[in-house]
Amino acid sequence: MIAEIGLYALVLALVVSLVQATLPLIGAARRIPEWVALAAWTAPAQLVFIAVAFGALTYAYVVSDFSLLNVAANSHSAKPMIYKVSGVWGNHEGSLVLWVLILALFGAAVAGFGSNLPVAFRARVLAVQAWIAVGFLAFILFTSNPFLRLDPPPADGRGLNPLLQDIGLALHPPFLYLGYVGFSITFSFAIAALIEGKVDAAWARWVRPWTLAAWSFLTLGIALGSWWAYYELGWGGWWYWDPVENSSFMPWLVGTALLHSAVVVEKRDALKTWTVLLAIITFAFSLLGTFLVRSGVLTSVHAFATDPARGIFILGLIVVYVGGALFLYAARAQALAGGGLFAPISREGALVLNNLLLTTAAATVLLGTLYPLFVDLFELGKISVGPPYFNATFVPLMIPMLVALGIGPMLAWKRGDLGGALARLTAAFAAAAAVALATLALAWGTGAVLAALAMALAAWLVVGALSELAERTRLFRAGAGESWRRLKGLPRSALGMTLAHLGVGILVAGMTGSLAWTAEDIRVMRPGERVAVADYDLELLGVREGVMGPNYRATRAGFAVSRAGAPVAVLEPEKRFYLVEERPTTEAAILTTWRGDLYAVIGDPDGKGGWVVRLYYKPMILWIWAGAALMALAGALSLSDRRLRVGAPTRARRRRGAEAPARA
Amino acid sequence: MRVALVLPAALFGVLALAFAAFMILGRDPRLLPSTMIDQPVPAFTLPALRTGEPGLASADLNAGAGVKLVNFFASWCVPCRVEQPVLMRFAREGGAPIFGINYKDKPEDAIKWLKELGDPFARVAADRDGRAAIDWGVYGIPETFVIDPAGRIRYRHAGPITQDVLERNLMPVIKEAAK
Amino acid sequence: MTRKRRRLTLALLALSALAVATALVLNAFQDSIVFFRSPSDVVERKVPAASRFRLGGLVEEGSVRRLDGEATTGGRRSAAVAFRVTDLKHSVEVRFTGILPDLFREGQGVVAEGRLGGDGVFEATEVLAKHDETYMPPEVADALKRAGRWQEEGPKSQGGGK
Repeated sequence: MIAEIGLYALVLALVVSLVQATLPLIGAARRIPEWVALAAWTAPAQLVFIAVAFGALTYAYVVSDFSLLNVAANSHSAKPMIYKVSGVWGNHEGSLVLWVLILALFGAAVAGFGSNLPVAFRARVLAVQAWIAVGFLAFILFTSNPFLRLDPPPADGRGLNPLLQDIGLALHPPFLYLGYVGFSITFSFAIAALIEGKVDAAWARWVRPWTLAAWSFLTLGIALGSWWAYYELGWGGWWYWDPVENSSFMPWLVGTALLHSAVVVEKRDALKTWTVLLAIITFAFSLLGTFLVRSGVLTSVHAFATDPARGIFILGLIVVYVGGALFLYAARAQALAGGGLFAPISREGALVLNNLLLTTAAATVLLGTLYPLFVDLFELGKISVGPPYFNATFVPLMIPMLVALGIGPMLAWKRGDLGGALARLTAAFAAAAAVALATLALAWGTGAVLAALAMALAAWLVVGALSELAERTRLFRAGAGESWRRLKGLPRSALGMTLAHLGVGILVAGMTGSLAWTAEDIRVMRPGERVAVADYDLELLGVREGVMGPNYRATRAGFAVSRAGAPVAVLEPEKRFYLVEERPTTEAAILTTWRGDLYAVIGDPDGKGGWVVRLYYKPMILWIWAGAALMALAGALSLSDRRLRVGAPTRARRRRGAEAPARA
Repeated sequence: MRVALVLPAALFGVLALAFAAFMILGRDPRLLPSTMIDQPVPAFTLPALRTGEPGLASADLNAGAGVKLVNFFASWCVPCRVEQPVLMRFAREGGAPIFGINYKDKPEDAIKWLKELGDPFARVAADRDGRAAIDWGVYGIPETFVIDPAGRIRYRHAGPITQDVLERNLMPVIKEAAK
Repeated sequence: MTRKRRRLTLALLALSALAVATALVLNAFQDSIVFFRSPSDVVERKVPAASRFRLGGLVEEGSVRRLDGEATTGGRRSAAVAFRVTDLKHSVEVRFTGILPDLFREGQGVVAEGRLGGDGVFEATEVLAKHDETYMPPEVADALKRAGRWQEEGPKSQGGGK
């Protein structure tokens, strides 16, 4: 009965979306206030209906209602409760319901918090949003109904892929979708602006919080996914340039560009057509990600069970939304052109460079991801494009970008003074040089030069961001009290920018450290034997078989870890066998410190009393996630800026405000 | 400048066309053994699921008049539950004999499963290591093949047989194959 | 700076970014693309000697064995393992040092990446087995198909490229 209510709620949501997609749009064009006002009611209604459907599905998972095909295929009564719940979105159908739930959540948020938007504009935004909802609700109802019944129901379910029974992965999709789907709002704002033919500083200011929120969530989602891959797959890597990873990374790259170009629109009324295009492309990449993961076009560790009919349907949706949007763009964007002039060396110039490099990088990632498909399509053989390609294309594009990242915030709008900016970065130069020399001195060896350059870049970013903060607070130049007052007075969006850039520096340091100085040992060990990895000593104490977990049986090894003779920890890696799914998994044991991670994996027995073990030492790897978390946090901080919160100024007042000397 | 505005739409169009081509020309393995259509059944020999019963080999499918169905199933396969009642009805109404091939399953689980849901099969063979499934080009479970009296494969359905699939897709082929 | 000159500067900047990216991509395509090969390709078609490629097929039944678990160098026992990858027509010996993936099993699909050694043994640096009961890596399916195991009408145009 509950499931039928869920299905019915989805149908109602579709009907409401259809209303929201049409009447407010017509109302806005023909000036029928009642129709325009409708959107403010339909958006929350849509949220309520989809929430009911999502709740019904979750309930079926929680009580293990195996008369639902979806539950029987993806859950099991012996599964821990948290994974019963996360099982809801651990499959194609359920994850789509989560997708539309988040879509409706953002739509209702625009309806609720958007009281500062002109009524007609808000109606148009919500109508575009509803078009997206209509497509995806229809997709669920016609190809991927999660509420299908099974008769007779099985006694128990099939279980969930054990790799997915993990807290990191339980949280990864919701954050990823909050990011992906969040960009739909930016998209809707762009389309509404194209319909009205007007993009100005006020528009940029309205779009900014949504873009920031989506970007922060996406950053967090990608970081969580990478963290999961690191500790769960047991290979010690954190990024594989896997097609599915790439399809979440491409919207991030373009979304980051969008975040920066929107600032130019806001402050200088320039780059308007470009920003609108970026808003469209960012969401296009989000949709492309959805398509690639679900269509069977790509196969990867993460891919859902696939169905060509679904692929065609999503492709159709992409063609309608993105094709339609780009068509509208081609027809209407001309009206948006114009805006403030600026010299190449200026804040705007730096942001243009940032945008060019980010979008070019996204294009190379796209090419690398799709190239195997095209080669296959033209029957030129089966190929795979792996990390070497991405290292050879993506990394060289990021280097100038990171160098410029240090300088950009020091430049003034309109016409910057490169010499002056560089002079203020003396400390960053010095730090970069010192770090490079120290790296060369301490860790001479193969690849040391590259590692030293990368570490120097990290130092440049970190000290550059700090110098920028010092500059703003007049640290060392004014008294401590004065600096503190200035720091407190800084707009949170400015602080957010500095922190995010600091996060990038930390991220780069973590990547470099973990790649350049990884120590690895693979061997067969018998209990009682010792091995040294980096400056740790490990003794294999023993291997216990048949250790029982809630829904698995494990082989567990014990390593006594000591450093310089002093015991540090006991690491217990496991090889698990999940009883319901009949699948083995590897559970690495990790000793995490700020210096680096010690990572132990146990493999198969050699039949002679020994076990294959793999041990890694990954210096500074924690910094990667710390950096990413800092970036997401910075996004949230920036979001809490007073100017962006409820009641951001209306268009008329903003006009005057935009002329004021801008900081950001 | 106007060209620059149209450029994104044009690029997207090319990309979308390429994807469409990919989806339609499809190198999806499930669509691939269309070349198996009208080919004789692959050579295989499998033991019976239940000891003491006759097993299944290609000769059984070549011999004898009438259309036959071959159905790959497993007790762990959830969609198989969807099609089992349909297959039961089909068998009761005497549509055509169905030969079941139990794929990568524990025999005791499969036997219990057939007891619980009913056994529509004329014979049930066990493909424990999944080798026969490779010979048949099976991609996923369940999968069903229609074999004509001459022992050639006439149709293949990947995924569960619902009443709708049976009536719309399978029945016309079965009638056609019987000629 | 006039509007026109700004536009020109932007266009030049964009073009140069594009040019750099194209150069990088072409360069990367030169030497970091990895082709899939089947055991039959290796045995019959003579895959270019030093090239890195992915070998796809089934792990031959009974072929997996540990290599010299006793041979110790400096107290270290090697974790080397050997197995054969087959497309049911030809098979190729593979050597790998490390932990085999969780789903690596005899008779199941596998993809190994590495180079062919002078002795005709494939030295794998990476072994992938990303499948479960209902999933076969498409590359493996393709290899089996081309070996004629899926009743296709013989090998199609294959390989191609460099």
